[in-house]
Amino acid sequence: MNVSLILIILFVGALVTFLAGDKLASKVALFFGLAAAGCSIVLLNHFNLGENISFISQWISKPNVSFALKADGLSLAMVLLTTVLTAIITFSSFGNDYKNAKSFYALILFMSFAMVGTFLASDGLLYYIFWELSLIPIYFIALVWGNGDVEERRKAVVKFFIYTLAGSLFMLIAFVYLYQKAGSFLIEDLYKVTLSATEQFWIFLAFFLAYAIKIPLIPFHTWQANVYQKAPTVGTMLLSGIMLKMGLYSIIRWQLPITPLAASEYKYIFIAIGIAGVIYGSIVALRQKDLKKLLAYSSLAHVGLIAAGTYTLTLDGLRGAVLQMIAHGFVVVGLFYTAEIIYRRYETRVIAEMGGIRSQTPKFTSMFLILVMASISLPATFNFVGEFTVLYSLSQVNVWFAILGGTTIILGAYYMLRMFQHSMLGETNSKVFADVSMNEGITLVAIIAVLLFFGMYPKPIIDLITPSLEEILNQINRIN
Amino acid sequence: MNTNLSLLLLLAPFLGFLINIFFGKSLGKTVAGIIGTLTVAVSFAVSLYFFGQITASKEPIQIQLFDWIQISNFKVDFGFLLDQLSILWLLFVTGIGSLIHLYSISYMHDDEKMHTFFAYLNLFVFFMITLVIGSNLLVMFIGWEGVGLCSYLLIGFWYKNQEFNDAAKKAFIMNRIGDLGLLIGIFILGMLFNTLDFSTLKIGISGATDLNMYWLSAAAFALFIGACGKSAQIPLYTWLPDAMAGPTPVSALIHAATMVTAGIFMITRMNFLFDLTPDVQSIIAVVGAITALVAATIGLVQNDIKKVLAYSTVSQLGLMFLALGLGAYEVAVFHVITHAFFKACLFLGSGSVIHALGGEQDMRNMGGLKKAMPITFGTMLIASLAISGVPLFSGFFSKDEILLVAFHSNIPLWLIGSIASIMTAFYMFRLMFLTFFKEFRGTAEQKHHLHESPSLITLPLIVLAILATVGGLISLPGNSWLNEYLTPILPKLATAAHHLGTTEYILMAIAVVGGLIGIGLAYAKYIKQDSIPAEDAAITGFSKVLYNKYYVDEFYDAIIVKPINVLSGFFRDTIETSLSSLVFGLGKVTNEISFQGKKLQSGSIGLYLFAFVIGLCAIISYLFLAQ
Repeated sequence: MNVSLILIILFVGALVTFLAGDKLASKVALFFGLAAAGCSIVLLNHFNLGENISFISQWISKPNVSFALKADGLSLAMVLLTTVLTAIITFSSFGNDYKNAKSFYALILFMSFAMVGTFLASDGLLYYIFWELSLIPIYFIALVWGNGDVEERRKAVVKFFIYTLAGSLFMLIAFVYLYQKAGSFLIEDLYKVTLSATEQFWIFLAFFLAYAIKIPLIPFHTWQANVYQKAPTVGTMLLSGIMLKMGLYSIIRWQLPITPLAASEYKYIFIAIGIAGVIYGSIVALRQKDLKKLLAYSSLAHVGLIAAGTYTLTLDGLRGAVLQMIAHGFVVVGLFYTAEIIYRRYETRVIAEMGGIRSQTPKFTSMFLILVMASISLPATFNFVGEFTVLYSLSQVNVWFAILGGTTIILGAYYMLRMFQHSMLGETNSKVFADVSMNEGITLVAIIAVLLFFGMYPKPIIDLITPSLEEILNQINRIN
Repeated sequence: MNTNLSLLLLLAPFLGFLINIFFGKSLGKTVAGIIGTLTVAVSFAVSLYFFGQITASKEPIQIQLFDWIQISNFKVDFGFLLDQLSILWLLFVTGIGSLIHLYSISYMHDDEKMHTFFAYLNLFVFFMITLVIGSNLLVMFIGWEGVGLCSYLLIGFWYKNQEFNDAAKKAFIMNRIGDLGLLIGIFILGMLFNTLDFSTLKIGISGATDLNMYWLSAAAFALFIGACGKSAQIPLYTWLPDAMAGPTPVSALIHAATMVTAGIFMITRMNFLFDLTPDVQSIIAVVGAITALVAATIGLVQNDIKKVLAYSTVSQLGLMFLALGLGAYEVAVFHVITHAFFKACLFLGSGSVIHALGGEQDMRNMGGLKKAMPITFGTMLIASLAISGVPLFSGFFSKDEILLVAFHSNIPLWLIGSIASIMTAFYMFRLMFLTFFKEFRGTAEQKHHLHESPSLITLPLIVLAILATVGGLISLPGNSWLNEYLTPILPKLATAAHHLGTTEYILMAIAVVGGLIGIGLAYAKYIKQDSIPAEDAAITGFSKVLYNKYYVDEFYDAIIVKPINVLSGFFRDTIETSLSSLVFGLGKVTNEISFQGKKLQSGSIGLYLFAFVIGLCAIISYLFLAQ
């Protein structure tokens, strides 16, 4: 049994979903989503028992490309995040009616397939293929099933597509250059290549462009808010919950270990970029009128902090970053889902048009508030564990980084509580707000359960990711 | 056994929270209130048990439950530390908490969301217990931020009013400014000592020989910022008066007796750190003294009965910080306890008054309630005498100790503290005279409904009034049970001689006379002259500045809140759009280049042939010339 099984399940799932027809598509997709999540958990068990669950086979001999999937703690954690969230996201869409549902749900599974592939691939070219493959489904999901004016949507989505594609091309160039030196795309071989400081600098930069656009980091974020707003909520969840983690994961897996010299030479600059994103994103979020846009900028702030953590090149920074990636994945999906729940009733995303919801539905309000509190990293939520660890690692590099990055604690509370106040509190809204349905309740409770459980007991995840992060850190430190 | 009991102590209120939040509505108001009260009472009982145990054994109880957060150099456990300090805090948090829960059963009975109120109150007690018994800084931080959340929920309990929601939000955000400070302090301590555990930190700091004083001071200062936020010290105090938007029992429990003392608890907990950083201690003492004075001056002219008490709380907390800054932790703790008694009594008493008047909070519309509400009047009078430092009441002993310590360290600080105390006596009796004496100034309908509150309200008042009277017994000058009890936490106390000389008696006399002058002034103005505070519009001169709280809120708004919002608008409207058009611009440039290139691909064979010939000629001539 090895990790390729997850890929097979998702790929076959996408096909079967498409063939199942519009009526059954959502249920079939959920079935395969759950199967993939279950399979990830089973594989995690095998992995923890010390079994080898990696998979490698020669694919193309010239150039030397392998179909290599390597599972360590880090990639398994990301795969779990992807498959569990895919199932949750699929389930969350059950209240909506989509035209051409079979394609819609097939694309969700296909995207999940590509993202899982990205997290598992240990061959540079294979990784690159999965990386680019994941762009196609989200392009269609956002374009075809998105909302708002078609022309504006097309503009936003095409910009996103070309922008990220262009960034990734630099990464491809970097891989081609590395292949020239190593004669292989396998990650172990790439780690072994000796590169001069100049070579490292350019390769580091090429990777950075690809990742900075994908994550996104400022000032490469201009595609984000518009696409998040225009995409259907499922698409926004896929983008913010999972896809942006591909960029952060890739910093840890590919960029830092391949170009450690450049990474340690310029780390202050890249930490600073991350932290600038924290402050900038938080401040822009303050005065957003659209709930989804506000969440997009809050996401910009959070990932800035995560990226800053990775560039500290310390175990705490990497560990905190990965913990925060997972926590952020869940909380951001939950928050976008609350926006969707409100939209289903009030058909608006403008905060000023909401308000007075709490008195109508205390249950939904409580769950929304828990998500808000998790998002601003209240201790005992999962997000606190990650944010604390990242901020701690920043303080070890320079205490001012922690102070500046820590402003997220204050500004985050400011924009989130203001949003909560104006969307939920106040005099009872004249429009009726139907209580959350069973499906909606289950989805939110599942997300909240994850956030609270791992907030108090993150040990299983810490134990899972730490050995692989230590290994990567050894790679990073091999020259220094 | 201890582990299970400590879990019972912690989880009983949490269970109350769960029951009330999920089933409270169907259980009915009274049952919800009883469950809320009983669960806190259980915690109080367990606290008493632990108190007995620690008095007998004098050994702290350490409980480790599980690994929580992993840092490369150390791990943070989820565990408890039950020692003299935490058990003392537990006793009055759960004790006063039980009384206030009991009071709320009656006070909140007309509110349709009473079960939610009790759920939040229980949740608060749960987090407060976490704060107090955490064995390391980070578990304490769970409680620290958790009580902030509950404070947010309870200030904004009547959430339909957006002004109340603003007050709740303000409290949360201001606290978070402090919390960032606290976190930075935690980071520095982690870096220096590779642990966040209180016991290990104590050994590490006390035992170390080559301490980095710069970082140590930075850590102490950062922790102090955290304390400023939670305990409402300058410059982070403005949230506390606004927090009065919450129901009155909340003001009594959270914003007077318990949560706001968290800063004092934390600094006392970390006394071994602050003792090594005299510069930070001086800052604490000065900030405390100034806060005490500034808040007292504002309290002089407020007309909202709860606002007077709120500024009084800020002022009293300032006095406690003054004591902390002078290294007299035991004195600060003593005042925390007596203050908890009399301030809870005052707030609950004011609640009783507000209740009787159907929500009226402006003292200009009160007066003459003495006869109609004898128990409320009597208990509040006792509490007022206590806070004013009249001899034999509890506040006399604790406040006197603070002033004594200040006199021996720094005369100006003593002077400031004394002036603040005189003002306290004045505004408290101003409150008493305006509320309970002379004629009733409210509407005829209010007058018709005037009544003493039911016994569920008066009973807690009586208990607290008794405690406010005799509370001083725990630390009598020359024979202090409290100091002896706290010696394991504050080792200095073992050697400190506590004797009373002539100076001390003279100082005591000065303090008493000062308090009496304050009361006398209030008497002269509000009883003799029978004056009633002017209407808002008629307030002029310096009173107006005081009435408007020195315009500090407006100042913060102008220098912080507005600029951030302007910046946000600028980023949103200018930076975002120009960045976006830059990307589109790159796209356009590409388009333009390809458009120009496209012209070359015109499909005209002639042009291609022409280019081919030119190129060929160029190559050939290059080859020839190169040779």
